[in-house]
Amino acid sequence: MSNQLYGPVDDVAQQAGYEPDHPPRMGFLTDTSVCIGCKACEVACKEWNGVPGTELDLLGTSYDNTGDLGANTWRHVAFVEQAKPRRELVDLGMPAMGPPGGQEAEQPDQDLRWLMMSDVCKHCTHAACLDVCPTGSLFRTEYGTVVVQEDICNGCGYCVPACPYGVLDVRPGDGRAWKCTLCYDRLSDGMEPACAKACPTDSIQFGPVEELRERGQQRVEELRAAGIDEAQLYGADPGDGVGGDGCFFLLLDEPEVYGLPPDPIVTTRDLPSMWKHAAAAAATVAATAVAAFVGSRR
Amino acid sequence: MTGTRASTTTSTRASESGVEYRSYYGQPVIKRPTWKTPDVPVYFFLGGLAGGSSVLAELGELSGRFRLARAGQVTAAAASAGSVFALIHDLGRPERFLNMLRVFKPTSPLSVGSWVLASYGTLAGAGAVSRVAGVLPPAGRCATAGAAALGPVMTTYTAVLVADTAVPAWHEGYRELPFVFAGSALASAGGLGMLAAPREAGPARLAAVAGTGMELAADRLMSHRLGFLAEPYHHGRAGRWMRAGKVLGAAGAAGALGALVREPGRRGGRVASVLSAISASALLASSLCTRFGVFEAGRASADDPKYTVVPQRERLDARNARNV
Repeated sequence: MSNQLYGPVDDVAQQAGYEPDHPPRMGFLTDTSVCIGCKACEVACKEWNGVPGTELDLLGTSYDNTGDLGANTWRHVAFVEQAKPRRELVDLGMPAMGPPGGQEAEQPDQDLRWLMMSDVCKHCTHAACLDVCPTGSLFRTEYGTVVVQEDICNGCGYCVPACPYGVLDVRPGDGRAWKCTLCYDRLSDGMEPACAKACPTDSIQFGPVEELRERGQQRVEELRAAGIDEAQLYGADPGDGVGGDGCFFLLLDEPEVYGLPPDPIVTTRDLPSMWKHAAAAAATVAATAVAAFVGSRR
Repeated sequence: MTGTRASTTTSTRASESGVEYRSYYGQPVIKRPTWKTPDVPVYFFLGGLAGGSSVLAELGELSGRFRLARAGQVTAAAASAGSVFALIHDLGRPERFLNMLRVFKPTSPLSVGSWVLASYGTLAGAGAVSRVAGVLPPAGRCATAGAAALGPVMTTYTAVLVADTAVPAWHEGYRELPFVFAGSALASAGGLGMLAAPREAGPARLAAVAGTGMELAADRLMSHRLGFLAEPYHHGRAGRWMRAGKVLGAAGAAGALGALVREPGRRGGRVASVLSAISASALLASSLCTRFGVFEAGRASADDPKYTVVPQRERLDARNARNV
């Protein structure tokens, strides 16, 4: 089979060994252009999955008091406040200060823009976490998603630094690695994941990945036609470094602004070369040792 | 809102190399490893020491240096047991350590490594027991030879383990790290031979010098090629560990070289013996320091978003420029 480690894959579930009659690959399109930052997704996810709560914390990062994805956060809403050049907008005739008609008052040349994004596990086509898991705890489901089997995980923690998006972590006090399951239990009963169900603006759209990619592309074109040139899809390209994400995003700025890596590449891509270099080093050790004995009098 | 200028809270930072990049409040992009210290650096060190010792032990046996061979075998067994203990101790659920052997997964260096370690440890242990207790010598000889065959793998697989992550300082150094670890392991094994069997330690001294040379050269090459990604290896806590490793390694190798020229013998060799022992200890300490240094450099590399964002942004921009 081609592209086992890197590169586009047509059928990720089949590559993982499922029969051809498996269900279509399911994922998320998270359209940040309609996110209102309500965090219903964070709450619904924790409620459904029984994810432990954390103490109330005020992090000082706008309205983001969750911080980051982790073992106890499988949906994380990011908030970014930006100054942006003032856009020519439709005049709605909003009330202003001062007498009518005397509105040559100085308009600020900067606007405040608020970016809000609900981050989640990307369920990559080439998932580094899955590749490096030594116990077989992480596996690919028939839906093409990536899930941790918590009764097998022994907390070796290898998946944590392997993930190019920084999704997984080891749960303190528990010892095992945890992450979004794409509500595998709900999928198996024909339901959509909790976060998608709870999202009031349909920023989180759940469905077959192929269909979502088309929808995302249409939405980007729509936004660009409306003058929002920064609109871009992130993680939708099967030719990218992780083979495309099952859960991808429509962003309104560069990925790193949201804390996402600009150009992630699955670490496993370089594994064959790593082993070659290791073999060369091992051979050097053996040869050097032999030479040391041959070249020594005593 | 009129008249106020909203401040930009997405950071636009200049990295030390002067490149600007943006991040989410300066927060890390990837997660730092949850691996514990000293567990994992010690696991690396003991595994390398064991592997190198097995190789020297086998060659010692074949060349009639039986004291050196015995010392190497005992070290290999003890160090590999220690390595296994450190690995299990680091697990989040140590009681589930056997799950490492549920599957054999070629895409996971930790799976491959666990199988190598389990096989190697069994062989090294069996060989050492046979040697020390004098039981089943032919089986013991086979076991020791088997351990020696796996020895070189033991000195390098841990480098693949750290490189096969998203940690920039580790992943981008994947070409040279195996040589850093292998050289360090060989030097530590040579040092052990110098300590434990000084009268037969000629080859051990040579191996120690060569190993140190390999490690230093590979490290220099890696720093050069990594450019600004090598910063974590030179700054902060990791930088201190790496420098200690280099200084101790150079000192130890110099001492070993000196001892080669003037070997400890019966007459006037007291001082030379002591110096040899000090050099050997320095070599062992150096190997340990290097592992701590690499480990801490990885943590620092994961913690700072610039090491992830800057190279990726450059790569992406270059690709987009080509595709326009």
